[in-house]
Amino acid sequence: MDPKEIRERMKIPRQPMGEQPPEERVKNFYEVPLGYTPEQAIEEARRCIQCKNPICVGGCPVGIDIPWFIRLIAEGKFVEAARKLKETNGLPAVCGRVCPQEDQCEKVCIIAKKGESVSIGRLEKFAADYEREHGEVTIPVMPNATGKSVAIVGSGPASLAAAGDLIKMGHKVTVFEALHKAGGVLVYGIPEFRLPKKIVDAEVDYLERMGVKIEYNAVVGKLDTIDELLNEGFDAVFVGSGAGLPYFMGLPGENLIGVYSANEFLTRLNLMRAYEFPEYDTPVLNGDNVVVIGGGNTAMDAARTAIRLCPDEVSIVYRRSREELPARVEEVHHAEEEGVNFRLLNNPVRFIGDKEGRLRAVECVKMELGEPDDSGRRRPVVIEGSEFELPCDVAVISIGNGANPLIPQTTPDLKLNKWGNVIVDEETGRANKKGVFAGGDIVRGGSTVILAMGDGRKAAASIDEYLKTGKW
Amino acid sequence: MFEIVGKKELTHLVWQIEIKAPRIAKKRKAGQFVLLRMNEQGERIPLTIVNSDDEAGTITVIVQEVGKSTSILGGMKVGSSILDVVGPLGMPTHIENYGTVVCVGGGIGTAVTYPIGAALKEAGCKVISIVGSRSKDLLILEDEMRGVSDELHITTDDGSSGHHGFVTDVLGEFIKEGLKIDLVIAVGPIPMMRAVSEVTRPSAINTMVSLNPIMVDGTGMCGACRVTIGGENKFVCVDGPEFDGHLVDFEELVMRNRSYFKEEKMAVEEYTYHEGTRCYDKKGDD
Ligand SMILES: Cc1cc2nc3c(=O)[nH]c(=O)nc-3n(C[C@H](O)[C@H](O)[C@H](O)COP(=O)(O)OP(=O)(O)OC[C@H]3O[C@@H](n4cnc5c(N)ncnc54)[C@H](O)[C@@H]3O)c2cc1C
Ligand SMILES: Cc1cc2nc3c(=O)[nH]c(=O)nc-3n(C[C@H](O)[C@H](O)[C@H](O)COP(=O)(O)OP(=O)(O)OC[C@H]3O[C@@H](n4cnc5c(N)ncnc54)[C@H](O)[C@@H]3O)c2cc1C
Ligand code: SF4
Ligand code: SF4
Ligand code: FES
Repeated sequence: MDPKEIRERMKIPRQPMGEQPPEERVKNFYEVPLGYTPEQAIEEARRCIQCKNPICVGGCPVGIDIPWFIRLIAEGKFVEAARKLKETNGLPAVCGRVCPQEDQCEKVCIIAKKGESVSIGRLEKFAADYEREHGEVTIPVMPNATGKSVAIVGSGPASLAAAGDLIKMGHKVTVFEALHKAGGVLVYGIPEFRLPKKIVDAEVDYLERMGVKIEYNAVVGKLDTIDELLNEGFDAVFVGSGAGLPYFMGLPGENLIGVYSANEFLTRLNLMRAYEFPEYDTPVLNGDNVVVIGGGNTAMDAARTAIRLCPDEVSIVYRRSREELPARVEEVHHAEEEGVNFRLLNNPVRFIGDKEGRLRAVECVKMELGEPDDSGRRRPVVIEGSEFELPCDVAVISIGNGANPLIPQTTPDLKLNKWGNVIVDEETGRANKKGVFAGGDIVRGGSTVILAMGDGRKAAASIDEYLKTGKW
Repeated sequence: MFEIVGKKELTHLVWQIEIKAPRIAKKRKAGQFVLLRMNEQGERIPLTIVNSDDEAGTITVIVQEVGKSTSILGGMKVGSSILDVVGPLGMPTHIENYGTVVCVGGGIGTAVTYPIGAALKEAGCKVISIVGSRSKDLLILEDEMRGVSDELHITTDDGSSGHHGFVTDVLGEFIKEGLKIDLVIAVGPIPMMRAVSEVTRPSAINTMVSLNPIMVDGTGMCGACRVTIGGENKFVCVDGPEFDGHLVDFEELVMRNRSYFKEEKMAVEEYTYHEGTRCYDKKGDD
């Protein structure tokens, strides 16, 4: 690109993305960002200067050919752009929405050095949505069957990515999912207003049309164990069972009525659609004062979900300061816009109930930041005598998840680390057991959608090699 | 979809239902349960697997109509299908030849006691059963229990059958008489399980109870089913459902099971009201 053109392009301002205004969206569960129009997408795509050595690609955990797909958008070839994306990322409509882009591809984009980076995520979302909404999703020509079959445990992003690759390599793929819906955290955790379920459904439907078989209500370990799957005709198993074990804090009163784990609160609302109770049968307690404990993305999701149930107040209680909030800046911003109250440098010490055992308040202490700890962040220290009571009838504990124990319990010879995560070879995703591979949160602990997908793809490649060569 | 292939009324509002679920039938062991979701709007409710037939590929559940979901199930006909059935969940009962085992079943809880009793009998235990209910016509599985027991004792609150009084009266007698009991298994309403645990506590007789908290996923993912056992948090769906009765915080369990009291009532009212009008509308269309 000649220097003049580059200069021209660098003058184009970052295209803003329309959003539902906060006072509207707190009353509904529809998606918050409205998405680019084709004109906006082309304009935004033109901001990319098509670097010869695109460093953005290195910032993407799966190495999407970013300048290429953006060029196609700039040329108005939206469907082609979506197909280009899908060569490396099976779920662009999902990643475009939920990737922490500001820490990945967009963080290193060269344009970010001079101003605001190219909106890679939004463009990714645009192309994928365009393809889907225009009915342009086509099934690729499938290769001849290899006669090998692979069992996949769980249907989260790691598993979906592995399934997509393996089926395109000609292997038979069966996904076993414990729940009645596929998608893992994408369907039970991440709320509708951030990731509409119909998008996940469309991706799952696409996999099924390519021939992936999904068995719902199938808990591996309780029905067939991994050993049984291997003995009963599967040539390899990929474990993508996720980090679905909620941590509690061990505080007094934690089992009072109204204290939820984020997983339970979000599952009731997302998967079971409690916000449509009583049309849907699963209830959720609807408080006047909701307190969400924690400062990560899950906490933001819980708080933003809670506020849509119209309580008087929703607070986030977090023991460090704003700078240490682990959640994405954008999510914190959205939560604030929607009226979530941030009580920073506060820490809960006990839950207080009424005589029926219903939560009525949470006692907190104030904190200050002391010396840096092992993680390099300043350690929060309790201010003596700072106890106070925060009225609350629903509390949501969002302090993280551990590895789901079902697979480890029923596969005794699978090697785990001290947190219960499956140990795998980083390059290949191989576990210590012949024919068994693993990836995503069951290996990494709580992580991200795109890293889970990257694991799934890497494992698919080494499964393919193992199935071809038989070498372990 | 899981077809209902058999159904019979055991007593008022208590149904024995056979469901086609070949894979679960093949794997299930005594003490395990399934989660059912009747339809697209439905919630996921846990029910114990009472029996299974590997050849026919069926499992049997016994359900008491207490709220909306159990009423929907109770109203389903043979030939219709349940949308989702997942299982077998939970840890199976640890079965071995313990010696003398007293199996206590209270009300609908007998549905859970029965498969455990059967498995223990097969393992060579001497099985003494005590089955209690409010009155004679509410007794379930009497013949089945007799079939797997060396001794069967019936109690009713109103004296209409067997001993006039509670299951704990009979159990207390055994202990007083000095009967050597190696294990007591008690399943029934929470107050009953708590009372049994209190009766066996002084003589430190091993006592297992089967807990029934509110559940959502049944795979250890949500923590809705947490209970306090000996001061520790446990998830009933993966660590249970059976626990040492002497360690269970029953009070907390009773409390937590009342979480959705208001919502449950509303659901039943809506259900009765809406189903009524819906039927009416349908008639109008015809
Ligand atoms: C509320 C929330 C918000 C998040 N937001 C973001 C975000 O914005 N961006 C981002 O990048 N990441 C986010 N994450 C993290 C991200 O969702 C996870 O890292 C990712 O989903 C992990 O994928 P996975 O495939 O390993 O497992 P999961 O998505 O956890 O899926 C595992 C699946 O396996 C099933 N399963 C488990 N055991 C069995 C078994 N024995 N048999 C059969 N099936 C089984 C489970 O039911 C589940 O469906 C969020 C997480 C949460 C909880
Ligand atoms: C492991 C396990 C095994 C079970 N096995 C059986 C069984 O074999 N047969 C059977 O009939 N029931 C069994 N239950 C109880 C059954 O799951 C509940 O009765 C059912 O969920 C109620 O749903 P509902 O919508 O009809 O009633 P709801 O409207 O949810 O509740 C109506 C009434 O039932 C009470 N209730 C709600 N949940 C439970 C519960 N989990 N246990 C006891 N009372 C409850 C409520 O307090 C309320 O008074 C079992 C529960 C568990 C956890
Ligand atoms: S997948 Fe995520 S990290 Fe990769 S390009 Fe897309 S938004 Fe960026
Ligand atoms: S670094 Fe930025 S400008 Fe360069 S190719 Fe990547 S997106 Fe385009
Ligand atoms: S029901 Fe969710 S953890 Fe047990």
